[in-house]
Amino acid sequence: MELGRVVSELGLEPLATGDLTRDVQGGYACDLLSDVLAHAEAGDLWITHQRHLNVVAVAKLRDLAGVIFARGNRPSPDVVARAAQEGVNLFLSSEPAFEVAGRLHRLLHP
Amino acid sequence: MTGPQAPPALRLKRIYEVAPRDLERAGTVSTEVRRELLALGMSPEVVRRASVVCFEGEMNMVLYSEGGRIILLVKEDRVELLFSDRGPGIADVNLASQPGYSTAPDWARELGFGAGLGITNMEENSDLFKIRSRVGKGTVVRATILLGVPFF
Repeated sequence: MELGRVVSELGLEPLATGDLTRDVQGGYACDLLSDVLAHAEAGDLWITHQRHLNVVAVAKLRDLAGVIFARGNRPSPDVVARAAQEGVNLFLSSEPAFEVAGRLHRLLHP
Repeated sequence: MTGPQAPPALRLKRIYEVAPRDLERAGTVSTEVRRELLALGMSPEVVRRASVVCFEGEMNMVLYSEGGRIILLVKEDRVELLFSDRGPGIADVNLASQPGYSTAPDWARELGFGAGLGITNMEENSDLFKIRSRVGKGTVVRATILLGVPFF
């Protein structure tokens, strides 16, 4: 499903957006960076509570469709700036990770 | 009779310095390595594997070492990543390589590091992998990704 549609369906606040036409293949919810590197798939939306610079690097290296910061965990402006520079999509959700993951799953697998 | 074979031609060599505890800059080497490999037209799978190996190695150097450097070598038949640091060295490499084992301090764990999967991830994504370490001296890791070899 196109990223732009996921964003509007889930009511995500865009923080940094490169390509909203990107196809979202699935999702991955985790706060351990090595676990994400090992198991997330290209095109996944990553739901996390981490919000530091290395999140941008992991998303980039794993070619993720984007990152959703759950429960209103807003990253600092330098993180958003780095993501914009690297073309990594970042979004904020006011909902807890469980809700975001559940809604994303239902959306992708109706 | 054929003479000794020429070594595979070197396509690219890059050397990156890694500063200890500099989490702000951590991840920049792996991002740069990814860019270089994409520019050389490497397959997405090779780029992904090399990126993961590099990120984990870089993070280990940033979090645990006194700093060092990462060398990227691209040859006709392989991508090599060499990590060498200035210490403190790993007393028991086998133990440190076990999935789930980590000496990460609490502050690093809170940032999502210290899952104890770093070395495992490096090894899993390499075709050849070797760690040499001496306490008080430092650690050298060589990770090789062979091109044109099946990877599962």
